[in-house]
Amino acid sequence: MKKTYKIEVDCANCANLVEEAVNKVDGVKEAVISFMTQKMKIEFEEGADCDKVMEDVLRTAKKVESDFEIL
Amino acid sequence: MSRKQRRMLSRILIAAACTGLLAVLKVEGWPRLACFLAVYLLIGYDIILKAFKGIRNGRVFDENFLMTLATFGAFALAIYERSGDYLEAIAVMLFYQIGEFFQSYAVGRSRQSISELMDIRPDYANIEKEGKIVRTDPEEVGIGTEIIVMPGERVPIDGTVIEGCSTLNTAALTGESQPREINPGEEIVSGCINMTGELRVRTTKEFGESTVSKILELVEDSASHKAASEDFIAKFARVYTPIVCYSALALALIPALVRLITGMPPQWDIWIYRALVFLVISCPCALVVSIPLTFFAGIGGASREGILVKGANLMEVLSKVKTVVMDKTGTLTLGVFEVNGIHDHEDDENRNEEERAYLIEIAALAECSSSHPISKSLRKAYCKEIDHSRVKDIREISGEGVTAVIDGKAVAVGNEKLMRERGIEPCHCHSAGTIIHMAIDGKYAGHIVMGDVEKPHSEEAIHALKEAGINSTVMLTGDAEPVAEQVASRLHIDRVYSELMPADKVRIVEELLENQQDKSKLAFVGDGINDAPVLMRADIGIAMGAMGSDAAIEAADIVLMDDDPLKIPKAIRIARYTLGIVWQNIIFAIGIKVACLVLGALGIANMWLAIFADVGVLILCVLNSIRAMHVKRQ
Repeated sequence: MKKTYKIEVDCANCANLVEEAVNKVDGVKEAVISFMTQKMKIEFEEGADCDKVMEDVLRTAKKVESDFEIL
Repeated sequence: MSRKQRRMLSRILIAAACTGLLAVLKVEGWPRLACFLAVYLLIGYDIILKAFKGIRNGRVFDENFLMTLATFGAFALAIYERSGDYLEAIAVMLFYQIGEFFQSYAVGRSRQSISELMDIRPDYANIEKEGKIVRTDPEEVGIGTEIIVMPGERVPIDGTVIEGCSTLNTAALTGESQPREINPGEEIVSGCINMTGELRVRTTKEFGESTVSKILELVEDSASHKAASEDFIAKFARVYTPIVCYSALALALIPALVRLITGMPPQWDIWIYRALVFLVISCPCALVVSIPLTFFAGIGGASREGILVKGANLMEVLSKVKTVVMDKTGTLTLGVFEVNGIHDHEDDENRNEEERAYLIEIAALAECSSSHPISKSLRKAYCKEIDHSRVKDIREISGEGVTAVIDGKAVAVGNEKLMRERGIEPCHCHSAGTIIHMAIDGKYAGHIVMGDVEKPHSEEAIHALKEAGINSTVMLTGDAEPVAEQVASRLHIDRVYSELMPADKVRIVEELLENQQDKSKLAFVGDGINDAPVLMRADIGIAMGAMGSDAAIEAADIVLMDDDPLKIPKAIRIARYTLGIVWQNIIFAIGIKVACLVLGALGIANMWLAIFADVGVLILCVLNSIRAMHVKRQ
């Protein structure tokens, strides 16, 4: 399952770092962050609970870059 | 400007005003320090907070940390030296924030203008309900619904026109400014703008499956395929910051310790100052921001020209293309046949206008009910209404031709085999093309030579490709050798492979791929209808005239929205231009930084130069990136 989220991230390097961190979150198969379009595409693992995974994703992202927001 | 940016701007302005005021006012001693610290905290509190958060989360070396360390150090030095010169510390923080502000503003603006270029998303669809026109979300419109498109509105969903004539502006899809006419019964593609008349359209697809959605998805996804040079920079930034931090530490400690051991005064303050300058210079933001921005601008500029590139990585491959392989029919030629000559029984051009017209008339009448492309083209060449009452007993003989009785005369129109079977000896024609022999009343009457029509820009396109440094141009076709050779020599194509089956095309592309010199790439251009396997096999697959064809959009790497072959060299030019700017930025940014780092270590560069090396380089790189959006039109 794939979902696209609108995000707010301030710098390109932060986007790279957040992407790297989010890819390590349990339940995330692949995450791609595009700084230019301010979008995050997440492919979830089979049977993962999206909402729960997204909580983890946001927490991880905030840890790396406190300005990161999911709109 | 966003709220965040406005708040930042007012912080910068207040801090700058206070700094100016403090520089003029003569406050001395501890009150001076207190005032400067207050301004410093006003401008830099978020950076300091982020630096500490970074350390707590185990991510020490980032630019916030660099800036905090450098400014703390500058304050400490000023206190230690009792110089009261706190200006540098504040200036570093202030300019850093100005740089960040500019970056977010410039990137935001260019992102917006690039997105506007590609803004073809229709907001609503008009549906008639009880005599009133209601605006509906296009996503809620089902297949087979009747929608109304007013003049000036964008066509929201693919469909067929059922009522109304108009002209369409397809510029957003194809980059083609020539308006296109549309009449009832014709297919209409979403994303076009209806210009003159009201149209009623029956939808044939859902919004999500319509051309406009497909294109938007493609363009938005393209930014997430990272180019190799982008990856390189991300990795570079990861190792670069720690290296710089340790070097700065070494610069602060080693020379001073060496001097201490050798008995000279250690000059701690000088070496620590140099280390701080070193830290300020080293920030890698310029590269990290400008490279994805350049690719994005390049992709945006290309899509304005009707060239959709599926990813930044493909821009890179496209710029290295040295061999272009093209399909003949549909790519270089229109796939429509034209009368090239009318010959008599001695294979000479028949000069008698009346006889010429008569032969065309007979051929068109005999072929009046066939749907073969050649028959259609013959009827087109005839230019007049066909009087069906003159034709009787039409018999189509598959793979041979047609026999009929026209005006009471027995007529045979077809290939050599058809002639021989009727005991007529045809004249063997030496021209390239499809030959249509004709016999009237059992006597040979001559033959018509039909040829595929080249696109008006094909020759120019091949010429432009060669000018762009493409080493070899190759044409693949299923047609007979003489036809292929003739087209190739007219267009100045280097190599031709003819009489190919679809599977042969894949084999030939594979052979050509093997013979490529190490780094040069091969592009295949086709119309995307039956050459999907070849499109996928080539280093880069370019599909042409793909407006409305999903299969082509799926299989190809680059999609040309209309079928003008001139777009091929243009795409290559845009890719090279974009890559050129990427490398300019990489070399410029790294060059200036390294030079300033060396100057900083030697003590020639002071904090002000360091600020330029950081903020100035960033601004120049961002401005340079935006140029990728505008490639000169020919």
